[in-house]
Amino acid sequence: MRASLDTVTGAVGERGPSRVRIRGWGWRYAGRKRWACRGVDLDIDAGERVLLVGSSGAGKSTLLRAVAGLLDPETAAEHEGSVTVDGEPAAQARDRVGVLLQDPEASLVMSRAGDDVAFGLENAGVPREEIWPRVESALRRVGFGYQLSRSTAELSGGEQQRLALAGALVRRPSLMVLDEPTANLDPAGTELVLDAVRATTDSASTTLLIVEHRVDVAAGLVDRVVVLEPGGGVVADGSPDDVFARHGSALSDDGVWVPRRWAPAPPRRTPGPSGVIRLRAGGVSRTYRRAAAPSLDVTDLELREGEATCVLGPNGSGKSTLATILAGLSRPDTGGVFLAADPRRPLHRWRARRLCRSIGMVFQDPEHQFLAPTVRSELLIGPRRAGIPTAAAEQRCDYLLTRLHLDGLAGANPYTLSGGEKRRLSVATALATAPDVVVLDEPTFGQDARTWRELVRLCAQLRDDGATLVSVTHDAAFADALADQHVTMRGGRITDVRARPADDEAHRHGGTTTRPATGTHSSPSAAARAVPRGTGSEL
Amino acid sequence: MIIAAGAVGRTTGAVLGRRNPVAKLGAAFIPALTLLVGVDPVSSGLILIAALLSVPAWGLTWREVFRRGWPLLLGVTTISLGNALFTARKGGAVLVDAGPFLLTTESVAAGSTAGMRLAAIALPGVLAVLTIDPVDLADSLVRHLKVPARFAYGSLAALRLAPLMATEWEILGRARRARGLEPGGNPLAAIRLFGGKLFALLVGAVRRGSQLAVAMDARGFDSQRARTTARISRFGPADAVLLGCSVALTAAAVALAVVTGAWNPVFSS
Repeated sequence: MRASLDTVTGAVGERGPSRVRIRGWGWRYAGRKRWACRGVDLDIDAGERVLLVGSSGAGKSTLLRAVAGLLDPETAAEHEGSVTVDGEPAAQARDRVGVLLQDPEASLVMSRAGDDVAFGLENAGVPREEIWPRVESALRRVGFGYQLSRSTAELSGGEQQRLALAGALVRRPSLMVLDEPTANLDPAGTELVLDAVRATTDSASTTLLIVEHRVDVAAGLVDRVVVLEPGGGVVADGSPDDVFARHGSALSDDGVWVPRRWAPAPPRRTPGPSGVIRLRAGGVSRTYRRAAAPSLDVTDLELREGEATCVLGPNGSGKSTLATILAGLSRPDTGGVFLAADPRRPLHRWRARRLCRSIGMVFQDPEHQFLAPTVRSELLIGPRRAGIPTAAAEQRCDYLLTRLHLDGLAGANPYTLSGGEKRRLSVATALATAPDVVVLDEPTFGQDARTWRELVRLCAQLRDDGATLVSVTHDAAFADALADQHVTMRGGRITDVRARPADDEAHRHGGTTTRPATGTHSSPSAAARAVPRGTGSEL
Repeated sequence: MIIAAGAVGRTTGAVLGRRNPVAKLGAAFIPALTLLVGVDPVSSGLILIAALLSVPAWGLTWREVFRRGWPLLLGVTTISLGNALFTARKGGAVLVDAGPFLLTTESVAAGSTAGMRLAAIALPGVLAVLTIDPVDLADSLVRHLKVPARFAYGSLAALRLAPLMATEWEILGRARRARGLEPGGNPLAAIRLFGGKLFALLVGAVRRGSQLAVAMDARGFDSQRARTTARISRFGPADAVLLGCSVALTAAAVALAVVTGAWNPVFSS
């Protein structure tokens, strides 16, 4: 059968699409008690296009790596069962498998686009005169619009990922394995990459296996969905319509992203209480060294108490620059950001000890924020630096641990937590000093559906208790579910500021100074009020 | 870092600029090694003059050399001044006498010899590095010096991550300020903070590095098959001539120093 397919597909795929067979497969990494994956039985036929889903910790990435033959048995404490590609152990079938990973920055090898695509052919020992025609054709197929000599550092994330796709396709794989290829991209970059995947992996030449959070778009790429359960192997398998219709809400409860059609309705937005102006950015701008254009053009912005703002815009639009300036963490070239409590001294000139009492920042990568050996001591750093009495800090710490479901992990090392736990801890560290303003940089990045819902709920509650929230995000659903004010940025400028009307004016607790009476004991901010404050910035 | 900042050699047609990277490095090493042995103004001076005169032939402008090579100038100035002040040879006429600082004609001569020697050792290397494209260097090392491909291209890929590390360093600083930590005026706190950031940076670097290794192996980098190269790295007659010229110039410099009696090998005195 393979022979006949070879003749059919000729130049495109030399071998025809691959078949994958997984039998009783399990893998436990060295140093881990739990199996990353166990009891997996799965057959993927030639030319099938499979989306692999499962809650975090189900071992999706581990399984993908096994199929790609990239797991080193030396990193395993134990492993069992087998993974074969076209009847050969996966590790020996690597030539047939193309891989696209999450972070293009960590996949590109060479500094020039053409050289990078050629890399895989050099490794395969392809003669030089064949290399360049194949490189050019692969770049054409993914729609790469630049010269071969284009510097890979000058490409956007989506373009880099397209280039990485070309680097995989140029080896003419009969199986493509994609591990969250759009996780690091903005919506435009996601389109770019998924279009290229759609255009280049037809079922006549390539079998497709993909893990992707953005199921709405990924479901359109596949004809089969396989659900993996932590430690339980394959628990559901079928067409997207079938699997999601039958298991959609259960999956969603487990934190798995399911297409909007089958997902439970997102939390309904409730308007914030919105009081007086608390934070004012006046004429702030920033141009990075050696950059041609300013990253942030002269910008004004006002943020109120009890108001949630989402800043949306493509990568490189200046959102993150604005966020760090609003948080007083980087110095603008011009202008300044002022808290209403101190209209004379811009935030970037505040001492850090004072700043951390008024402003909390949640970074995109939680690990950037980790400083201490345990979760508990992590939460005590900010309050200690801010001069909050130990007893109050301890009380606050206990409260946050409970509120963010981290109480069982108080003694754990932050680096050993799961993705969702890391995110919750990073939010907790920002809230530890009970700041009035919380700035969040891509808070929902890479999170599962459950953590996502928790974040929306938590943010809404903080805001209802009077905090000022600013989130920089690509996540339109998050903005829809939370924001009272949408700010759109493009090319270093704010192009649109839109206040969302309250759905129901009667819900507004309005007023300019009163705090709403809701959530007096269940919210972090309410607890915060119990913390004695010395700065006088409390309203 | 100079390499990572990008090279210009590839885009120029300059006679030295487009030589093979291995030839360039060789041509820079020959006088450098020789000058490590001898300390005299004549051999260093001749090589320094030759290197300075060759700048246009590398496809570089004086401005570029100055802009990218200013740390060298700083080093040369410091070494010259330091040697002039602290040498034991304080003979000749007194030029400056300000308390503990005594400059004489002989000490100034000793200082400028030391500075000139440093410049003559380093400048050819700077010129070579400024005009070497890292990819060409890796190709050339693998092809002509039989450096293992895994090492050469692995280092090349790691070099790509350097600018990312710089960005990461800034973010780590901000994340600490957000938690109330900044060096302030306390040097002890500054050292602790620096150590913490360095640790976090290394953790990130190891993670990125292992991701990169996986991505490279996914494209067959660990395959046992004989590798081909997409780019041609040629060591031609002109490259041999460059090496020959370097040897000849170095020999001439030493000969001139010996003839003029200036030759002063480090190990004999």
